[in-house]
Amino acid sequence: MTQDASKDKPGRRDFLRTAGKALVAGAMGGGALLAESAAQSEKSAADKAGASFPTDDYDWTEHRWAYGIDATRCIGCLRCVEACKSENGVQPDAHHFRTWVERYVYLEGEEKARVDSHNDPQNIAASGSESEYRFDNRYKDAEVTKAFFVPKMCNQCQHPSCVQVCPVGATFRTEDGVVLIDQTYCIGCEYCVQACPYGARYFNEETRTSDKCTWCYHRITKGLLPACVEVCPVEARIFGDLNDPSSTINEFIHENRVHVLKPETGNAPTCFYVGLDKEVS
Amino acid sequence: MEGLLTAPYTGYVYPNEMVIPWTLMIAIYPYLTGLVAGAFTVSSMHHAFGMERFKPVARFALLTSLSCMLFVPLPLILHLGHPERAFNAMITPHLSSAFAMFGFFAAFYVVLLALECWFAFRADNVARARSSTGLLRTFYRAITLWSDDVSTNALAYDRKWLLALAIIGIPGAHGLHGYVGFVYGSLKSREWWGSDMMPVVFIFSAIISGMALCIVLYVIAANVRRIKIDFACLKGMAYTLWGFMMFTLLLEALEFANLVYKGKEGIEIIMEYVRGPLFVRLFVVQFGFGALLPIAIIGGMIARGTRGKAFIVGLTISSLLVLMSVFMMRWNVVIGGQEISKTMKGLLTYIPPLYGRQGIIAGCAVMVAPFLMLWLLTRLFPPWGDMSQEEPQ
Repeated sequence: MTQDASKDKPGRRDFLRTAGKALVAGAMGGGALLAESAAQSEKSAADKAGASFPTDDYDWTEHRWAYGIDATRCIGCLRCVEACKSENGVQPDAHHFRTWVERYVYLEGEEKARVDSHNDPQNIAASGSESEYRFDNRYKDAEVTKAFFVPKMCNQCQHPSCVQVCPVGATFRTEDGVVLIDQTYCIGCEYCVQACPYGARYFNEETRTSDKCTWCYHRITKGLLPACVEVCPVEARIFGDLNDPSSTINEFIHENRVHVLKPETGNAPTCFYVGLDKEVS
Repeated sequence: MEGLLTAPYTGYVYPNEMVIPWTLMIAIYPYLTGLVAGAFTVSSMHHAFGMERFKPVARFALLTSLSCMLFVPLPLILHLGHPERAFNAMITPHLSSAFAMFGFFAAFYVVLLALECWFAFRADNVARARSSTGLLRTFYRAITLWSDDVSTNALAYDRKWLLALAIIGIPGAHGLHGYVGFVYGSLKSREWWGSDMMPVVFIFSAIISGMALCIVLYVIAANVRRIKIDFACLKGMAYTLWGFMMFTLLLEALEFANLVYKGKEGIEIIMEYVRGPLFVRLFVVQFGFGALLPIAIIGGMIARGTRGKAFIVGLTISSLLVLMSVFMMRWNVVIGGQEISKTMKGLLTYIPPLYGRQGIIAGCAVMVAPFLMLWLLTRLFPPWGDMSQEEPQ
């Protein structure tokens, strides 16, 4: 399990971990790897048990999470980006994002949109720091024919290419539809980073493993909303359970003509968009 | 934590793309596996196909293949965020991953190469055990597993095994390398990689790189040992290199033509990349100096019937150009694929760092290591006089 879930399971796994460390000292890496493998087997057993996993009061077979983004509502305030960075301890720079917002601007006489985001040097200059996020006002004197913001994040695909390519099975799709990374097992090969068509994954230099958005799995399994959804002032971000007929996400999907990003990849995202444009990829 | 190296970009790239994931080590990895497969092909020309003119380099090529293979996992391990977990891929292989089988394939191939070497050098090692004393004698005795049978029957048995292993080894070596091509070609996230022809291009380029390496090493070894170069052998390698080079160039050109002709979404940025930052690396270095020039030099020498020192010099220069070209091809595939943004709206520029475990110095060390190993192996097991093929005393 990722981060928090593993903390709730002391006992035998801790023992195995300690035993693993002792074996490293005694018999080099091989023993430790076997111990780690045993811990993995224990996790698989818990997976099969299904109910009350990953926490005692949460059953992941009862939920089917999905995410909606109404790009027509987004105002590019970037509170979501800041909340995500803070909630998940994402590196405070302009090259590591679990969620980011893209700005698309069509100028008069131009067929293609101009696109920028938080990695743009002009935006970094405008905010004064790589750890603060702001869109600069570069188009104030231009003739803008169309402009909009598109929030981006992991699409928690039903057929995730990142999960497909992981050589050790450290990244997996949960029963409730979220793609997670077991950072205690990831080898840091970055094959998943390559395979993600959306650029949603990055290498975390602190853990030396891959990292990505988890829809704040530690929050949603406790009945809370993802941090980005919680702080969005215009309800451009919607989150909910597809198994609940009255959920806001069901309402969002039923009342709108929704799209997904890069449908041609066959990844089948569970992040649904309203208000996309031909230029958005 | 190593300093964060971000790639400069133009256009629009996803913010997370600015740290290039696969760098120098991942370019070296397919280069090494290619040398393994190519050198094995040279040795198989004699061991599997019975081509006598390749005999002088057959066992040397086998040792070259083994030396490179022993270091194939090193660049991968240096790349991993958690190298200590590398064996997780073998303990719990995730079978849907194109990369899950690498450890097993690599281990199988090392065993196969070691076995083939064992049979190829057994008779020599028995003779060395008999003629040496002390620790060296114990070493050679241990290497032969304390068997000193060099009877006609035993040697025939060795040859039978050599043939069988060489036959298994050909699809093995090329499978291992074609598989590397599949690792890239099967990714749908990058248009530059997502080609069905990638594994085939990798296999052909592997053959020419291994062949070129064997030519260069054979010429160097002959000069160091001050012996006469076997011209028939060298010419055989030259013909093979020349033929396979034309196939390789044709395949690469077809692959590129396919990409351009299909003109799928994002072709504009690909063409901008090819005409801009990639132009010199692809058309001038890889195709021009690395493929067309050596084809012309070798072709010209064959047509003119060039012999002697001029042929050796021309062929060695051509082989060095081929080695450079194939490395450039690996670089252009691995790094090139990542320099085209997944947004298809921007380009990145990767500048390799000098220091660090994925830096240029580390990369050079990884590339030199197999040749130090080869030097050691040729000292311990001189591959030049082949006793296994001779009649017993």
